[in-house]
Amino acid sequence: MELKRNEKLDVEYILKDIDKYRPRRRGWHWREGTEEKRQIGKFEYFDMSEPLDQSQPLPAAKYFDDIDPQGKSVITTEIASGRFEDDIRRMRMAAWHGADHLMVIRTAGQSHFENLIEGTPQGIGGIPITRKQVRAQRKALDFIEDEVGRPINYHSYVSGVAGPEYAVMFAEEGVNGAHQDPQYNVLYRNINMIRSFVDAAEAKSILGWANIAQIDGAHNANATAREAWKVMPELMVQHGINSMFSVKAGIKKENICLSTVPPTAPPAPCMRLDLPYAVALRELFRDYKMRAQMNTKYMEASTREATVTHVLNLLISQLTRAEIQSTITPDEGRNVPWHIYNIEAIDTAKQAFAGMDGLTSMLEIKRDTGELADKVRELKERAILFMEEMIDDGGYFEAVEDGFFVDSGYYPERNGDGIIRKIDGGVGEGTVYERDEDYMAPVTAHFGYNNVAQYGEEFVEDPAKLIGGGTFEDPSKIIFIDELDPNDNVNVRLKEVEELRKSSKIKPEVQWLGDGIILITLFLPTDERTAEFAAIEIGKKMGLKDVEVIQKEIMQEAEGTRIELKGMIDFSIDIDDLVIPPKPKIMSEDEIRADISENPMKVVGATVGEDEHSVGIREIIDIKHGGIEKYGIESEILGTSVSVEKLLDAAIETDADAILTSTIISHDDIHYKNMKKLHELAIEKGVRDKIIIIGGGTQVSNELAVEAGMDAGFGRGTKGEHVATFLVEKRREMQNED
Amino acid sequence: MRLERPDDFENRRKHLADLTEDELEARFWDLTEKLVDPIVELARKNTSPSIERSVLLRMGFSSIEGKTIVDGAIDRGIIGKGVGNILYRLSKEKNMEIREVGLKLIDGELWDDAVAIFKGGAN
Repeated sequence: MELKRNEKLDVEYILKDIDKYRPRRRGWHWREGTEEKRQIGKFEYFDMSEPLDQSQPLPAAKYFDDIDPQGKSVITTEIASGRFEDDIRRMRMAAWHGADHLMVIRTAGQSHFENLIEGTPQGIGGIPITRKQVRAQRKALDFIEDEVGRPINYHSYVSGVAGPEYAVMFAEEGVNGAHQDPQYNVLYRNINMIRSFVDAAEAKSILGWANIAQIDGAHNANATAREAWKVMPELMVQHGINSMFSVKAGIKKENICLSTVPPTAPPAPCMRLDLPYAVALRELFRDYKMRAQMNTKYMEASTREATVTHVLNLLISQLTRAEIQSTITPDEGRNVPWHIYNIEAIDTAKQAFAGMDGLTSMLEIKRDTGELADKVRELKERAILFMEEMIDDGGYFEAVEDGFFVDSGYYPERNGDGIIRKIDGGVGEGTVYERDEDYMAPVTAHFGYNNVAQYGEEFVEDPAKLIGGGTFEDPSKIIFIDELDPNDNVNVRLKEVEELRKSSKIKPEVQWLGDGIILITLFLPTDERTAEFAAIEIGKKMGLKDVEVIQKEIMQEAEGTRIELKGMIDFSIDIDDLVIPPKPKIMSEDEIRADISENPMKVVGATVGEDEHSVGIREIIDIKHGGIEKYGIESEILGTSVSVEKLLDAAIETDADAILTSTIISHDDIHYKNMKKLHELAIEKGVRDKIIIIGGGTQVSNELAVEAGMDAGFGRGTKGEHVATFLVEKRREMQNED
Repeated sequence: MRLERPDDFENRRKHLADLTEDELEARFWDLTEKLVDPIVELARKNTSPSIERSVLLRMGFSSIEGKTIVDGAIDRGIIGKGVGNILYRLSKEKNMEIREVGLKLIDGELWDDAVAIFKGGAN
């Protein structure tokens, strides 16, 4: 299937014959062409990678020939709304904006589930990761990566008490990246530490075989510790343990990515705290890759505040390095991410990297003197001291038992509030079995003791040969399970929204097709608490269901509060019933300029009657506002409240090609009455067929203006380019008539 | 044991003060290896239900099938042989395809043969 940019992706097609689908490749993909300068549009870039075939550029790109420079870091977005079929649509939007690492979050509770989950049940705060779901999303991404023209990495989690099975399934299904860190299981999921590490070695060995990039879980200490910036020494220790363990389990260093997050955020002086840490980490782990995460610890409900913090995080990535740049959606502080905020987060990274392109060719970090140099060394020393004490304590397991980790003290300071786990406690305790001397597993990528030699030395290098190859060698051996639950699956969910998928009915949505949720921003001139309750009442009166204030910010305690309100509508719109006026034609800037330069044009403009509102006409004419002057059209604004007689006389005297009138006041249709008067006066004076007359204003419609004798009417949203296009076309038309 | 302790960095770092940063980094990795090696050894010598289920996935069984077989091997005390080993040996002894052996085990058959082959799980 080839996707067409103006057609929706068909989820039903993705699910068709899903049992037969095979992934087209294994392993991770880095962006290409990153180590060279390149010309994009009018600019030379230093840090960009190969451009996409098709993409959605930043809004301001229209001023720069619609270029869409793609930075050198792989860009991550995390998508998991609970319904993987809706996430597929979001993945396509994300890919068009420049994401090439699509990460799906697991549903709550999956890490304590022994064995794979199968089918496509709905999730909470994520999706149940299953073979069918993974296969469908990987298949969809194959089409999407062909559409945008860059391989897309698909990613999920290999943890909990089914890590090795997930690793196998991911290797079989062409998953490209995975989280794997036994410390995460131990500290945050209370999985028994012995079980967690024993499982992890097998899982890592499989990830290594499948060339899957691994991301660790250390950054969670930032999100958990009371004062996130104090756990920096411990973070280095956690990264070190997982990295070394991974290498010993068979993952290549270049596929081991440290999940690192700048620990703090404004109003703290975050750059001074975060930058030395970033430098120290990148030096210690020079052979490994950095997956730069954005700060989530200090996120509140303000998307603006989160975005500023994230841009500062991106500055650190630019000044140091980040082979993978994760993006945190700016709404994560208030809800499970919505479509639009995934896109905002991706664009934030893309925009910041484009803007900071080549920065390090002009600026460099003062590495060897001053505060940064001292801090870098100090952090390294503190991490070393941490590990020395762990060894004194008996090793990793004993240190966890003694609460070394996620202690809020700046090590060696200890506050006694670390997470304590017991060697003989936690989920899955007592489920590890010693391998007997004749233990054997006839499969590829198995870790540890494996007495294959008992069946012949020739099998030692390739144990799977004993069974004629396993699923890694022969994917036709994979057993595909479709659905287990007749009520909780994708087919049932798709049926529920069939009308919205297959008819001309449409509803707004934030995450699921037809969820009907909308967001309203308002200002109420009262205190915060009153504003909150008043806003809810406003939402109800607007007919919204489940009204909820999701963000409030004090402008001034007494003067007012900014509110963001969400609610649900339960109606749909039939797009076939819409009367959509044809899109106004816009000529290119070059085309208009060429026409005016060859054949100069003069216009006079004014607000007519008793109307002092000159903002509109200035917007249309003034070069500062992108008005028609910028095309070389000679323009004169006569002023405000000009009589139609005076306006027409001025046009005749200056031999103008066109008259632009503007009226805001529409009481008693005075705007159309003035247009009619001007039109009739021009006929009287015998100039109507020589002068183009245009009526504009916020309440003006083209149809009624034409009825009032105008050549055209321009309403709300009109830009100089619309008027200029009309002027050029109309003049051509008049010249042809002559 | 919950420990509370003020920041005694200046005192504690004395033995590191004269090291170059290269030496510090080498020390960091040396310590990491010291911490990790015993855990790697532990992982090398042990297996788990999850590891064994992952072996069965690779041998062409579904997750549901795999779980039944692994639970059966644990119940009979022969998990230390490796479930893949059990299937392999049974397929040889019975002259059956691996998959056929697995399906029989799921149906509760062949377990006595498995136990007999591996002598009740003892080495």
